[in-house]
Amino acid sequence: MALPLRYNFRNVLVRWRTTLFTILGIAAVVAVFVLLRGMARGIERSSGNTGDPRNILVVRKGSQAESGSLVTREQFRTLQYLDGIAKDERGEPVISAELVMIVSAPRRAGAGEANTLLRGVTAGGMELRPQVTLKEGRWFVPGKREVVVAQRLASRFAGFEIGGTIKAGPDRLTVVGHFDGTGSAFDSEAWMDADEARSIFDRDMYSSVLLRPRDEAALTNLVARIQADKRLSLRAEREVDYYSKQTMTAVPIKYLAGMLGVAMSIGAVFAAMNTMYASVAARTREIGTLRVLGFSRAAIVVCFLVEGSFLAMLGGILGSALAWGVYAFVVVRGINFGTMDFQSFAETVFQFRVTPDLMLLGVLFSVAIGLAGSLFPALRAARLPVISALRSL
Amino acid sequence: MAAEPIVVVRDLSKIYRQGDINVVALDHVSLDITAGEFVVLMGPSGSGKSTLLHIIAGIDRPTSGSAKVQGIDIAQLDESQLADWRNQNVGFVFQSFNLIPVLTAAENVELPLLLTDLNGRERRKQVQTALELVGLADRGHHRPDQMSGGQQQRVAIARALVTDPALIVADEPTGNLDAKSAGDVLAILRSLTLTAGKTVVMVTHDPKSAAYGSRSLHLEKGEIAA
Ligand SMILES: Nc1ncnc2c1ncn2[C@@H]1O[C@H](COP(=O)(O)OP(=O)(O)OP(=O)(O)O)[C@@H](O)[C@H]1O
Ligand SMILES: [Mg+2]
Repeated sequence: MALPLRYNFRNVLVRWRTTLFTILGIAAVVAVFVLLRGMARGIERSSGNTGDPRNILVVRKGSQAESGSLVTREQFRTLQYLDGIAKDERGEPVISAELVMIVSAPRRAGAGEANTLLRGVTAGGMELRPQVTLKEGRWFVPGKREVVVAQRLASRFAGFEIGGTIKAGPDRLTVVGHFDGTGSAFDSEAWMDADEARSIFDRDMYSSVLLRPRDEAALTNLVARIQADKRLSLRAEREVDYYSKQTMTAVPIKYLAGMLGVAMSIGAVFAAMNTMYASVAARTREIGTLRVLGFSRAAIVVCFLVEGSFLAMLGGILGSALAWGVYAFVVVRGINFGTMDFQSFAETVFQFRVTPDLMLLGVLFSVAIGLAGSLFPALRAARLPVISALRSL
Repeated sequence: MAAEPIVVVRDLSKIYRQGDINVVALDHVSLDITAGEFVVLMGPSGSGKSTLLHIIAGIDRPTSGSAKVQGIDIAQLDESQLADWRNQNVGFVFQSFNLIPVLTAAENVELPLLLTDLNGRERRKQVQTALELVGLADRGHHRPDQMSGGQQQRVAIARALVTDPALIVADEPTGNLDAKSAGDVLAILRSLTLTAGKTVVMVTHDPKSAAYGSRSLHLEKGEIAA
């Protein structure tokens, strides 16, 4: 049987002066770890929820993103009459020619301006995106200088409330409604009529075309047809594939989280190791006594592993609580975090969340730090010959 | 009292190697200890008293010769067998008490019982009995730093006898105590041999302490002096 846990708890608490710094250090590491994880997950979720597997997105050949793509009106017309596109109740093909522009708007928090993405959509735009639903006001009327913005943006930008105006090129658009993109990338967009947008920005061409094939077979055919057409010179792919490539924005953050995580956890492991070595050294005689009483080497190893884990876990709980505090503060204040979207250079609004499972992950992470840090001290403690432990009086 | 020897030591030698020099701590020692005896080991510093005690108690190993306790040659046991054997058969009392500072008196006394099959209630009962035997029944919840040296050593004795071992070894148990406390501790050890039939082997420098024993042995340069 092992030593009672209270023996470990009390030893950690009794040495709080020396263990406090280690606990705080581990807390900081775990807090950063949980926050970065939450951030990366938010970005992934918003991009992951964006596309519809039934849709095809068409951009100019060679374009990485919609914002750098050009699709002419002739090309759009050709696409519109391709065989295999689904039809709506009125018999019209479910297709939307879209114009994507970056507009700059003043932040509500007062700190300068930030970019946001303005999307011009044609008739099929809403039907193609069932995850986008109107929450307040109404949709824009085609031919009018009206815009519907994501609810989530409204809290971040000045003038995005219903009745407010947004500067777009030389003109101003009136906000007539708010939509909810259910955590998708559309949650950082403002939508208006595509042809109205072309006229405001004086553009002859669209940026992209989104369409819905009749079925899976038609989708495969259409993609092949568009890709093969030398005259069209367009690139077609599943909308979900397009957005999952855009998720690359999350990659640098995950990479950073990984690097920081590794660097900081190495630091934390050494801090824990240092503390545990000191604890073993200070308790040489105690360890010898336990051995004399009949406790095995294995019991001593387990004892110090438990103690190191407990020590680190205190830091982990504190760190997770800290991360949750940051999150709660953010939620209470209604602030969304913006990060530069390297593809569109617009700000992506993503849902940054610290969930119980992330906090648990943070605590498990701290336990791993504790185990790694106490392994060698525990082995040293167990290797102490009983007799020398007793003689160190 | 049974005349059967509980401890049989034959030709026991212990040589420590320090670099090129061999330090002979015990030199062909032979001795028998009968159950119920209170044997006092005396002798100058460095004469091998602690070494002999440690080997009899199974916390050190002889270089040659044998030490049998209750018929078991303890040098033949492997490390984990030896640990179990110590837990079940020997109680230890140290000069500097060696209580665990973060545990209360009762928790300290309970430690050896954690390695047995006893359940919590049985353990608490035995702990209480042991504490009563050393006159500290009401001090179970005190931590070592809240007790005097004499009380701490009595807790250590309670810890040594809580598993009801046949043999209790004590290395200068009164070395850190005032005369009054030393007298209490020695009286307890003697009563253990007289009323509970325990065998006690105690190392001491103090002739007055030696007077509590039933027999004295003198070690001199690793040998038992006649
Ligand atoms: N681990 C060791 N390495 C080398 N020599 C040792 C070791 N342990 C004990 N010795 C030596 O063995 C001899 C006997 O030591 P021991 O501790 O048994 O003496 P002692 O009679 O208990 O002395 P004291 O009264 O000072 O406690 C001494 O010369 C000591 O230096
Ligand atoms: Mg000694």
